Amino acid sequence: MSRKIPEEQYKKTRSYRLKQWLEGSKDPYLDQIEMKPQKDFKENKAQKEQRKAEKDRLFARIYDVEHNAEMRIFRKIYRIFSVLFCIFLVLMLLSAVSYLPTIGHAENPANNEVAARYIENGLQETGAVNIVTGMILDYRAFDTLGESHVLFIATCTVLILLRIDGKKGKNAVDVPMENDRTHEPKNDVILQTVAKILVPPIVIFGIYVILGGHLGPGGGFSGGAIIGAGLILYLNAFGFEKTERFFRASTYKKLSFTALACYSLSKCYSFYTGANHIESVIPLGTPGAILSSGLILVLNICVGVVVAGTMYTFYVMFRKGGY
Amino acid sequence: MAFVQNLPFISIILSLFSGPLSSILDGKKAKWLNLAVITAVGAMSAAVLVFVIGSGEPYVYMMGHFPAPWGNEIRVGTLEASMAVFFCLIMFLCMVGGSRERAIELEASKENLYYVMVDLLLCSLLALIYTNDLFTAYVFVEINTISACGLIMIRQNGRTIEAATRYMIMSLVGSGLFLLGICFLYDLTGHLLMSNIQEQVKLLHETGEYHIPLLVSVSLMSVGLAIKSALYPFHAWLPDAYGYSTLSSAAILSSLVSKGYIFLLVKIFYRVIGFDIVRDSKVINVLFVFGIVGMILGSVDAIRESNIRRMIAYSSVAQIGYIYMGLGLGTTAGVIASIYHIVSHAATKSLLFVAASGLTDASGDSTDFFDLTGAGFRNKLAGAAFTVGSLSMVGFPMFAGFISKILFAQAGVESDHKMFLTLVALAISTILNAVYFMKTVIRIYTPIHRTGLPKKNFEVVRAGQQPAKSFAMVCFIILNLVLGLSSEPIIRLFENGLKMFA
Repeated sequence: MSRKIPEEQYKKTRSYRLKQWLEGSKDPYLDQIEMKPQKDFKENKAQKEQRKAEKDRLFARIYDVEHNAEMRIFRKIYRIFSVLFCIFLVLMLLSAVSYLPTIGHAENPANNEVAARYIENGLQETGAVNIVTGMILDYRAFDTLGESHVLFIATCTVLILLRIDGKKGKNAVDVPMENDRTHEPKNDVILQTVAKILVPPIVIFGIYVILGGHLGPGGGFSGGAIIGAGLILYLNAFGFEKTERFFRASTYKKLSFTALACYSLSKCYSFYTGANHIESVIPLGTPGAILSSGLILVLNICVGVVVAGTMYTFYVMFRKGGY
Repeated sequence: MAFVQNLPFISIILSLFSGPLSSILDGKKAKWLNLAVITAVGAMSAAVLVFVIGSGEPYVYMMGHFPAPWGNEIRVGTLEASMAVFFCLIMFLCMVGGSRERAIELEASKENLYYVMVDLLLCSLLALIYTNDLFTAYVFVEINTISACGLIMIRQNGRTIEAATRYMIMSLVGSGLFLLGICFLYDLTGHLLMSNIQEQVKLLHETGEYHIPLLVSVSLMSVGLAIKSALYPFHAWLPDAYGYSTLSSAAILSSLVSKGYIFLLVKIFYRVIGFDIVRDSKVINVLFVFGIVGMILGSVDAIRESNIRRMIAYSSVAQIGYIYMGLGLGTTAGVIASIYHIVSHAATKSLLFVAASGLTDASGDSTDFFDLTGAGFRNKLAGAAFTVGSLSMVGFPMFAGFISKILFAQAGVESDHKMFLTLVALAISTILNAVYFMKTVIRIYTPIHRTGLPKKNFEVVRAGQQPAKSFAMVCFIILNLVLGLSSEPIIRLFENGLKMFA
């Protein structure tokens, strides 16, 4: 026979709460999460007319369709010509592709001594088990050096466009101060719990992908993207208060500078020694070991840091415009 | 290997490294770093130029421990080195000349980002000049595109944002076509190294194999780079981008960014495809026609423009047309004329932008044509500089533009069946140039009380008030005179450089 317990004690047990939840008699989010209903977009007639007039005036001032005959004709033929041009381009490219060598044929021009050396000697010459990593970070490291700076400069451009600074210049635009989480549910329990469980494995997996880039599929670009995604998930769950404790704009600046400087310096060394036919002192190590393949591991870490920072910064810039 | 031979590589890495470094410095320090880097790179390139002229032959420099088809390499000849020196010189003067405008127009906290863009732009230009690998060229074309976009929109107002968006879209279309061209070429030849591609293309041309994809590849690359350098029908992004961005951006964009792409195209014609094959492929005839159309219609657009900076921008469209016409002639003389025009146009157009801003300073910051009445009296140095620039653009003897026009005319006379078109287009375009430039020069030297326009109290600007801008203008004037008066050694330098190309 079951033991009977007093009502009050029973209400504290898990089984009672489970029963409540199953029956739906109590809202578990009550007093936990604050949800604001979205207001409908309403405007009265005068406002509506004013908006329309402003839009028309803007349109007329920029394009001046009524007085500008050139613009009027251009607008008419623009659509036709763009469609015709696209059709022409697609047809031309498709027909040109049909003249190309067949894919997978052994006699193709692309199967030449270049690819052969990458495949046959890649392991001995770079020490990387993953030939692709060996190719991009050792054989053709100059291209990848440029590529990581493409990411860096893309971030800088986004910073120019979206960063809101406290100190305003003369031409700065006034932005209404608004909390970045005004329109979002606060402290979403589901999201936070899932994030708590998922973020550590995501970041660890990202680190694994970066560190194992020379041993198997992976590398700085993919691993950095994974870490960046983990950081974004964490930010979404816990908000800026938590992330700003360890990741601010200055952190990003320092990290990316250190990574890119490290990259440039190490490549400087290997380009200089290579061109002047000086033997590099960096050992290649045993292929397959984590500390092997010379500088590739360091470069992968640098690229990973830059990519993760770039992803996170893009997200923050689009969401809030500063951190 | 002599130590000097390392300098091209060191100058690329130095400018690349100074980008991230500027991002952690404040605006003022980044500015000095930027000027120091440009000066250092210029000095190093000059040393390389002296070395290459002395040795008389180009050399390749291995980027890493692996020889060329496997690793990357750069290749240095006199043409490359002289372009690097020249680009550094122009960029230095543009940065100096626009420093006052940058201080006014940029947000103070974002000023260092401007120098990040300029440093990386310099790096990408150097890499485009020196690279011997098509894919490396593509990577640095990307850097070039993004940094140019940043340079346009860092002065944040509606027009620059719109201009930057347009520039981005057009430029990415160009990049995309260029990349497609590289893909085609790689599929046909199996190489990305320029010299190896050239060997393979020669074989393919002799056997006649893959004729159509080769043609498509050449045209995709030409059209892609033509879009990026604003050849006539693809110029829609240009006037806003040059007209509303901050002064040094406009000057750098018009004189260096578009020229970098044209130089890359010349390199592709000579070192990747082989000039004979390009000539046989008739792609250059298309460039020739578009060049001529651009020469005339760009000038017509400039005549109709009443905003002085947009007028100068439209004039760029016409001048880019000249350069493509020279390439389209299909003779070495034509290409040399084009390269000379790259140089003379860069020197003149940046002078015009700086001088025009000097004139607008003396007209209450208005760029309107009528507000400039008498501006030449209010800012004497800017007036003189603008006159020099205009005369050079029109092709007045003594100045840089005259030499490039005479070279174009000579090249046109030598060519077989393009002589008539070239000469007629040159004549018409010169007259149209004279119409809008001389109109402006007369306007800035018309005393305001003779015109009957309402008198406005514009302040008088003396050369000493804006020392940086005055310095830049004086240097540009000297550069124009040097290019116009002692062109012989420079032309010979380019001729030798072009011989080293093949």
